[in-house]
This record gives sequence, C-alpha cells and structure tokens, in this order.
Amino acid sequence: MSDLAAALPAAREKPRRSRALRRFLRHRLAILGAIVIAVLVLGTAFGPHLIPYDDLHIDIRHRFQAPFLGPHILGSDQLGRDLLARLLMAGRVSLTVGFSAMALSTVFGTLIGATAGYYGGWLGTVLMRFVDAVLCFPTIFLLLALAAFVQPSVLSITLVVAATAWMEVARVVEGQVRALRDRDFALAAQVLGASDTWIVFRELLPNAIAPIVVAATLNVARAILLESYVSFLGYGIQPPVPSWGNMLENAQEYLSTAPWLAIFPGLAITLAVTSFNFLGDGLRDALDPRLDIA
Amino acid sequence: MTRYLVHRIGQNLLLLWIVSLISFAVLHLAPGGPLAQFALVPGLTQADLARIAHEMGLDRPLPVQYWEWFSRVLRGDWGRSYRDSQPVLSVIGSHLFATFELMITSTLVAVILGSWIGVIGAIRRYSVFDYLATVGAMIALSIPTFWFGLVVIYLFSVTLGWLPAGNLYTIGNGSFFDYLHHLIAPAMVLGLVTVAIWSRYMRASMLEVINQDFVRTARAKGLSERRVLFGHAVRNALLPMITIAGLQLPTLLSGALVAETVFTWPGMGRLFLDSIGYRDYPMVMGILMFSAVLVLLGNLLADLGYALADPRIRLT
Amino acid sequence: MTALLDVHDLRVRFHSDDGVVPAVNGVSFSLEAGETVALVGESGSGKSVTSLAIMRLTPRSGCEVGGKILFRDGVERSDLLALPVEAMRAVRGNRISMIFQEPMTSLNPVKTVGEQIAEAILCHRAISRAAALDRAAELLDLVGIPEPRKRLENYPHHMSGGMRQRAMIAMALSCEPALLIADEPTTALDVTVQAQILELLKRLQERTGMAVVFITHNLGVVAEIADRVMVMYAGRIVEQAEVRDLFARPRMPYTRGLLRSVPNLVPGRGRRRFEAVPGNVPDPMHLPKGCSFHPRCQHFLPGLCDAALPALDVTEDGHLARCVRWREVASVEA
Repeated sequence: MSDLAAALPAAREKPRRSRALRRFLRHRLAILGAIVIAVLVLGTAFGPHLIPYDDLHIDIRHRFQAPFLGPHILGSDQLGRDLLARLLMAGRVSLTVGFSAMALSTVFGTLIGATAGYYGGWLGTVLMRFVDAVLCFPTIFLLLALAAFVQPSVLSITLVVAATAWMEVARVVEGQVRALRDRDFALAAQVLGASDTWIVFRELLPNAIAPIVVAATLNVARAILLESYVSFLGYGIQPPVPSWGNMLENAQEYLSTAPWLAIFPGLAITLAVTSFNFLGDGLRDALDPRLDIA
Repeated sequence: MTRYLVHRIGQNLLLLWIVSLISFAVLHLAPGGPLAQFALVPGLTQADLARIAHEMGLDRPLPVQYWEWFSRVLRGDWGRSYRDSQPVLSVIGSHLFATFELMITSTLVAVILGSWIGVIGAIRRYSVFDYLATVGAMIALSIPTFWFGLVVIYLFSVTLGWLPAGNLYTIGNGSFFDYLHHLIAPAMVLGLVTVAIWSRYMRASMLEVINQDFVRTARAKGLSERRVLFGHAVRNALLPMITIAGLQLPTLLSGALVAETVFTWPGMGRLFLDSIGYRDYPMVMGILMFSAVLVLLGNLLADLGYALADPRIRLT
Repeated sequence: MTALLDVHDLRVRFHSDDGVVPAVNGVSFSLEAGETVALVGESGSGKSVTSLAIMRLTPRSGCEVGGKILFRDGVERSDLLALPVEAMRAVRGNRISMIFQEPMTSLNPVKTVGEQIAEAILCHRAISRAAALDRAAELLDLVGIPEPRKRLENYPHHMSGGMRQRAMIAMALSCEPALLIADEPTTALDVTVQAQILELLKRLQERTGMAVVFITHNLGVVAEIADRVMVMYAGRIVEQAEVRDLFARPRMPYTRGLLRSVPNLVPGRGRRRFEAVPGNVPDPMHLPKGCSFHPRCQHFLPGLCDAALPALDVTEDGHLARCVRWREVASVEA
C-alpha cells in the first residue's frame, strides 16, 4: 500500500501498539521457555542427588503407587522404582542426546550449506539436490531404518538423530551464504586476498548467525522429540538406561492400570520441546523481525 | 504451463534418481548387507556364502550392482520379503489402503479446521483467538504424537469407552460406520499435528494476501467485507497452500507411522516397524524407498494442482 | 446548487507505538459536479490519505478520522463519515469510485478481468450475470480496449500496464459514479501511455459529466487535466486556485518552489533557473511551529511565520493561499 506507506514516514517501521504487545508477550513466552529449560537442565543434573530415592532402587512392596498418594511424589512403576527419580535420570539422557545431536547436526548442516552456498555452481546444485532427496524420506522412517542398523547406545542414537536433523540447517545456511556471498564486504575480502575458508567463516557466517541460532534452538526441540520417538519404538536408548522415550514404551503396557507412568514422561517431553520451541521462536523474532510473518 | 510442468517433472525425476542412489547405499551399508539373511542359517560355510554372494551378483563392481538393482526396481521387482517370500511391492500395496485412509482423513480435517483457524487468526490478528491459536499450535507441534495417542486411548477407550483402541475395523463388523468409528481416534491424533501446521501456514498466507493492493480495490468497489475476505483474499491465500500440502507429505507419513503403531493400525508404517523387528531388509528398504517415491509423486501432484489452479501459470 | 462534495476540516490520525501521526490536519474544500480538481503534493503531504478518507478505506484499527465529508447524492446530502457501514458500501464503487496507482497489483491475478468488472456491477445493480458481462464488454470498449469481448476472458497478467489501467477505469465507471477519485493513476505508466490515459479520462469526463479528484505530484499532468488545483503540504491545503491562475500567480512560496522545480527543457525560451526546494518534508509527528513550510522558505520571517499557523487568505477571486507574507512575496518575485 504505497500511499499509506508514504503517509507514515515515521510510523512505517514501528509496530503498532498491539503488535508490540504481542512481541513482548512472545518474548515472555521465550523467557518462560528459557527458564523452564534452565530448570530442566539443573533439575536433571542435580535433582537426583537431592531426592531421597535412587532411580534404580527396586521396591516391590510399593509398586504401582499412584502419584501424591504415598512416599513417592510422582508414583512408582511396576518395579517400585520412584518415578520422579527415573524422570530426572531419563531427562539427563534425553537432554544430552538433544543437545549433542543439535550440535552435530548444526555443524554438519552448516558445513554442507556453507559449501553449497559459497561455491555454487554444480557443487552447490549437487549438494542441495542431495539435501532435497534426503528430505524426501519421512524423518521417522529414515530414523528407524538407521537406528535399526546400529548398536543402540547413547552415542549411536545421537549420531542417528543428528543424521536426520541436519538438512534444514543446511538449507538455511545455504540460502544465507548465497545471499551474502555477493555483498560488498565479501567481495572486498576476496580482493584483499582472503582465502575461501576465511571468507566463509570469518565474514559470511558471522552475518548469518541469527538464522543459524534460531535453527539450532529449534533443532534441539526436534532432536528431543526424535529421540523420544525412536526410544518409544524400541530402537533407541535401551533399558536399563532410562530415557523419556523408553519410559513411555514401558508405560504402554500399564496404561489402563497405572496411567501416570505414561503421563509424566510425556509431559516432560512436551515441556522440554515446547520450551525450546518458544525460545527459538522468540529468538527468531528478536534477532530478525523481518523473518516474522506469523 | 507445459514448460513449468516439464521443469518440475525433470526436477522430481532427478530427485528420484538420487533417492534410489541413497537407498542403494543404505541397503549395502546395513550390517551384513544383503547377505544378512543368511547369517542366521546354520550350516552355511564360507564357501557357501561366497557362492551365494556370486549368484546374487555381489562380487560385481558396485555401479553394475546398482544398475541391475535399479533396473529390477523399475520393472517392479523390489525383492522378496524374508518373512514370507512375498514380493515386496505387493505386500506394501496391501497395506496402503489403511495408511491412505488415515492420511486423507487427517488432511481433510487439517484443511477444513486449519484453514478456518488460520483465516480467522489473520483477520483478527493479535486478538485473543489469534494468540491462543498461535500458542496452541506451537504446543501441539511439541507434543509427541505417540504420547498424545496414548492419552487419547486412555481417555476415550479405557476411561470413557467411546472409541475403540485400535485396528481398522471390528472383526465381525466391517460396515462403513465401523470403519469410521475406528478411524476417529487415529485421525484425531494425526490431525493434531496437521491442523497445527496448516493453520500456521494458512495464517501467514492470508496475512500476505490481505495487505495486497487488489484487496483494497475490491473494497473500493463496494463489495461486502465478507466477499472481499472470502471471494478475494481466501481464494488467493489458498493457492500457495497447494504447494505446502505437497511439502507436508513426509511429515504426514511420519505421523501416520506413529499413529499406526499406537493404534495397531494395519498400514504401511506399522509394516515398516514390524519388518525392522524381523530384520526383513528387503521389506525395510522397499518401504523406505516407497515412502520417498510417494513423497515425490505427491509433490508432483501438488505442482500439477498448482499449475492448474493459478491462471498465471496455466495460461502462459 | 450545493456542491457535490464538501469536505469540512478533515483530520486523519494514525496511532503508532511512537505516538500519534497526524497525516491530514484539517483539510477543507468543495467540489462541484463535473469539475476536475487536482490534489498536488509530495509524498507524505497527506493527499492519498485524504482520498482514502473520502472513500472510508483507511485502516480500521489504529486510525482516527474526524471532520465531515458531505456528499450530495441527487438531492440528499449525507456525511460520509457518519454513514453506517452498509450505506457507505452502497456509495463505494457506485456513487464514488476510485482508481489507484499500481495497475499491476490492483487487480486480482486469479480472476478474469470480465469477472472483476462484472462483480463491481453486480454488487450495485440487480441484473443478471450475463447482462453484467455485456456491460463489462461495453465498458472495455468505452475505455478503448480493442476486442473487448475477448478481453473479458483475459487475466490481468495478459494485459499491459496501460491496458490494465484502462480496465481499472472501466471498472470504476461501471456504475456511473458522480465522483471519480484518481490516485496517481499514471505515475506507474510510461509517458506515452500516460498521455493516452489522461486523454481517456478527459473524454470520459466530458461524456459522463462526473467530477474528478486527481491526485498527483506531477504538475505537468495538473496543467493537462485540472480545472482547479489544491496544493497540500504537511497534511494541510496551502494553496487553492483555478489552474491557470495558479500557474500564472502562485502565491504561496511552496507552490512557487514546486513550479520552479520543474525543469524547463525548451532552451532559450525565457530561461528560468532550475531550483530545487531545499530541505525535506517535515516529520508529521514533529511539525514546525506556525507555518509548516517555514524551515525551507526563503521568505521566512522569524517571529511572524513561526508564531502561529497561517489561515487561508484570499489573494484573488477564487484563489486562497496559506501564507502571511504573500503580498511581500508577490512583490519581490514580480
């Protein structure tokens, strides 16, 4: 609307009252997300030392205790193990896998994307077509196929999850690098004789950091979710190592008699994933308002 | 339009080829590779294995193996299941109905409900409805689908007894309503994610359209707000959604797998999971590649649909 | 006979996070039937917002419109700003029509031209769809589009910019409005096409007897097409006159500046100096005290021009100027 835009020279780029409110609220959600994440990380790291029960302690006399009705705050499972303790220990695993997979997939995705974006030409096309092709496989199918082929361990599952999560990062980075490559500051660096590696890592990527950070944050959410899926389906983290996903798998059997065994791990996953999503969304809004189309 | 379509078909064929390369690579990288099935058979000596390997062409150069495998694939020979020696493709085929039923229902729900939420959210931007819808969508996308499935089963089957806990239909029944009855819970579970995604995209598309000049022209003509919004804005906002629908296919298939698992639904996803359990590699690879092919076909259909729907492409 | 359009003290304010932006600050003018009035000004002067306010097409939230816009429809006069929504819709596209600057984006790309014109007709006339399409073809012919029947089936992207603008004009004229508001309709077009469109508008106006408010920043166009001119600056009218009078005797320094900014490309013919008006259009949220133009005016007199907002003074018959020093300015420049 060019005429209205001309009529609001000062107001044009400033959001209206309600949009600012909304941005603040979203920031509040992002802050909430960050707080919850911090609580989760601290809780899973130090919590097990603070609560009276050990996650491995089997107490058949108090099995299937419902939450709040006995000594176990969140109840106990079929072996009498304290649910809260198990949740916290499982949280360590799930969060570790989430963060590590994010780190790996972000690094790998950035490398692929930067290479494709910077060199362009046939190399870029080949790489991006490869990314497109991998994206054709439904994530969980790919995840399961890969997970089934490896010996399940925290490390291998992390690798497998990372292997299915790098593509989006690659796309984002490729787009950014390709756009920035032809900007004056990059050309100036070239003229000065800087090596390609230097240009990519010291000039281009720092300018693309915002979308990478956003993608990485959202990737943690994704990784946690994917780990839970693969563990739930039995091909991820194997018992006795607890993860939120395999706790749910265990809980399926007792759904009608002890539903809390399923509800709490699921809530934990939802809480973690939602927090990372809120944080990532808030970051996206804060770091580059132009990306905000929602 | 032909040029656009030819270009899209070309792109998809290229991707199809790369998909086949990836599938082949994964097939050969599987522990034990194509010989894994024989690892468990007692009494096979190294010489026997070597002979079998030779017969299967495994000692030929990789590109040759790929070519032979690929030609077989093109002819429809995707190997045979280890479990019952049935041709992979026909086994997949027999499970497709269940999966498609789920996917199509869920997509319909997503389009109707999601569009409504997205359009209203865009029209009443920043209202309470919009805020709740946006936050709700984000939470919905964070909930593990299988957990939601368990919750739904607990609520509607175990506690309330309204819905069956799984399966395509009740044995002995099999009427249309029975099928429908069984479809509700899994479609609802799959729908959680699809509705959330669709509503967000629809809202974004609608917002973009609402600010365009031709909407202002429509108002200047004296059209009622309803006509402006639905006859002009929504109509144009739906166009890019066709492409989005195609792009959502992988997510839809993934979600279907999870829903099928939780609801013991006899679809392709569950077949995949079972096959992995049985180490039925031909089946696993077959389904993996089939799913990618489905995605590509779906995208092609979406491209075709878009080309037909947008007069700027249809008539150039 | 009362005027067709009587605008009284129109004020339009936008609410942004940084405060209130006054886009239109008390604009008053009237328009007779059959007249063509040009609304001239730079970007940000408030000319487009004025026209949108008349049509009540300003955004619904964050925008305040005050004042009165009296429109005479036949015998009755009503205040457009006070009309209920339904009544206003009956006016839009029917009694008052508007065409816009960008023909490329002002038409819906997925509907045929015929459909869009017919829609404008069917909205206000109870006729059949076939009859509406017939009328649409007639209108396309009227605006000089060859093979009008065939063009009905065309989509906007099949047409050139000039043709699209003609189609927009056809659509605007479809219900025979008493007033046409043209917001810079030729700015986005090539010069030769511009001339054709102006010619078309003049012809149509003679034929239908409608009044036209023509918004532009191009003084050449003003000379071509207007009977009367109103110059706007910082949301107010600063000068108003018959077109010839304005060009011959511009009274307000801003107008003089505008006229002098038009380069004289005919060499040797009483060569004037090419002068740009120094400075920039003021920020609407921080308008200068007194006369809004004074920071850029070479006739500025401290204590006088920045003391209070000048009223519109009558300089000659039918000529108004918002300048306290217009007499001195006239004698200096003479």
